[in-house]
Amino acid sequence: MTSPKTMTIAKAINESLRTSLETDPKVLVMGEDVGKLGGVFRVTDGLQKDFGEERVIDTPLAESGIVGTAIGLALRGYRPVVEIQFDGFVFPAYDQIVTQLAKMHARALGKVKLPVVIRIPYGGGIGAVEHHSESPEALFAHVPGLKVVSPATPSDAYWMMRQATECDDPVIFFEPKRRYWDKGEVDTAAVPAPLHRARIAREGTDLTLAAYGPMVKTCLEAAAAAEEEGHSLEVLDLRSMSPIDFDTLQASVEKTRRLVVVHEAPVFLGTGAEVAARITERCFYHLEAPVLRVGGFHAPYPPARLEEDYLPNLDRVLDAVDRALAF
Amino acid sequence: MSVKSTAARSSRGGAKRRGGAGRKPELVQLLTPEGERVEHSEYSIDLTPEELRGLYRDMVFTRRFDGEAVTLQRQGELGLWASLLGQEAAQIGSGRATRPDDYVFPTYREHGVAWTRGVDPLNLLGMFRGVNNGGWDPNLNNFHLYTIVIGSQALHATGYAMGVAKDGADSAVIAYFGDGASSQGDVAEAFTFAAVYNAPVVFFCQNNQWAISEPTERQTRVPIYQRAAGFGFPGVRVDGNDVLAVLAVTRAALEHARSGEGPMLVEAFTYRMGAHTTSDDATRYRLDEETEEWAAKDPIARLKAYLANEGLADETFFAEVEAESDALAKRVREGVRAMPNPEPMAIFDNIYADGHALVDEERAQFAAYQASFEGSEEGAAR
Repeated sequence: MTSPKTMTIAKAINESLRTSLETDPKVLVMGEDVGKLGGVFRVTDGLQKDFGEERVIDTPLAESGIVGTAIGLALRGYRPVVEIQFDGFVFPAYDQIVTQLAKMHARALGKVKLPVVIRIPYGGGIGAVEHHSESPEALFAHVPGLKVVSPATPSDAYWMMRQATECDDPVIFFEPKRRYWDKGEVDTAAVPAPLHRARIAREGTDLTLAAYGPMVKTCLEAAAAAEEEGHSLEVLDLRSMSPIDFDTLQASVEKTRRLVVVHEAPVFLGTGAEVAARITERCFYHLEAPVLRVGGFHAPYPPARLEEDYLPNLDRVLDAVDRALAF
Repeated sequence: MSVKSTAARSSRGGAKRRGGAGRKPELVQLLTPEGERVEHSEYSIDLTPEELRGLYRDMVFTRRFDGEAVTLQRQGELGLWASLLGQEAAQIGSGRATRPDDYVFPTYREHGVAWTRGVDPLNLLGMFRGVNNGGWDPNLNNFHLYTIVIGSQALHATGYAMGVAKDGADSAVIAYFGDGASSQGDVAEAFTFAAVYNAPVVFFCQNNQWAISEPTERQTRVPIYQRAAGFGFPGVRVDGNDVLAVLAVTRAALEHARSGEGPMLVEAFTYRMGAHTTSDDATRYRLDEETEEWAAKDPIARLKAYLANEGLADETFFAEVEAESDALAKRVREGVRAMPNPEPMAIFDNIYADGHALVDEERAQFAAYQASFEGSEEGAAR
């Protein structure tokens, strides 16, 4: 029995992949620079050294090729966990993901399984150049056949990656890159919650803030600030964007009667739009205010010097909270 | 002549084109269009009379089944059909070169290859009738689902082959694609991955000269088989209407892959005698004389001539094959007409292997909606 250890989100994913590589000989790690370098974020650090080039595979620089060959490997019985180096580079693979990976189980009438995990470091806040700060999760959650998740804590990073790797369906695993170095406790002997179950990150009574990935921390900070002003905010970490745990969300909103959804991705047709529609449908008589959304604008992700203005922060979240409470 | 007027002339597109980059290609041939056996310095084949008759039978069956599918589409029984007419030798020859443990990744036109793998022709018709989007268990015959997005399967084949190599198995994988697909990035990426990982995969390009309305010169300036050299593996062009040469070359390519030598590209130089699909009208873009020219190179006629001239088959045999192919067509015709529409609730089947809350919710809602008609007037009419 091991005691909980404190580690970063990056290290937790690393440990998770290590455990999967140790326990299942069919698990493979693939991607650009995942070998000797350990990935540009060092998430796969040391894995190739310990598991060899046959299982931790540096690939050619071709995203469609990475996902396309991962599909073939999955058809052969392997369980590839592939890394797309940055959010903005997934699109060459989008065709393989949407037209092939997502549909193949159904097309084969269930006779083949596609246990492929696609890891994507996503989101802004690291001062990067173009194409390195985006949040395309809604583009994947919109596709039947895919599952889409994003952890916000080291513990979830460890366990959700373990569960994604054991899942027989394709999972798009969005890693909050600006939180890679945030630390927290990971208990590798714990019994984890189901992969798609939302988590109450902070209990409250006046309003629910729903977020996932990098915005959970922002919402917790907002809740702490609001407390000083006498408002009790509940923070709900969705963890999964496909499917979304509307039951947990509904229970929270029936209690608080107000909901603000926060994500970095553009608000228009984003995860928040779906949450707003569903919660309005489910909680119509409980709501004291319309569901509000805080997120990116309908604009290309701005140059780094503007990203602090673009990204939802404490003040923008609290502004929406104030508007919701004013109803 | 001004640039503008040139553009105007070409955009008017009045002149129909002759397909095929390189009209007189270097290609491996073992049986001439006239049905004469010839030798090749690198590739040879020695088949028993029974094997030769088997290839003939395969090709006749495939053509008969394919023709029946075209008819069924015209009669409204299928929504679409992609005919392989003219490509029987390329498909039967290459398909018969595979072993049961090899794995095949087809496009949507590999009806002959499917036949050689033991896939029931009726299974192929499901997606064209619109009762499923694939419809067979790929692992039953090591024959993957038809892939409609052009070139995607080249990467699946390569990944599968990478897995074969990891397993230490001595099987090979064969990826089918066409001249149009040779322009796709996925095919180029498959070449790259297969080359750098030395994957046991044969890339089998049926160059049938036309990608819907575009001739091969719209896809490439060099013969397709020569592209392999740039990726670091061998490429060879074979007479795609010569079943013996296709069999010999594909066997060699699969053996090359199995023996750890890595990928190989085979370009089967053939011709799509029919339209791209039953929705296409080939008379708008190609010349009848080109089609007639290729008709003289017919893959079945040349093998028949060889069998007859050499006394390897007689009229009784040819008549038997004809009768058997008619019986096959009848079975297909009746089978398609009897193919039931799926139940509406099948929409929700097999979307996920491990379940999904939203699918469960929508399935339940739709079931309740469906049930709301039961007993009502609308329900009775349904």
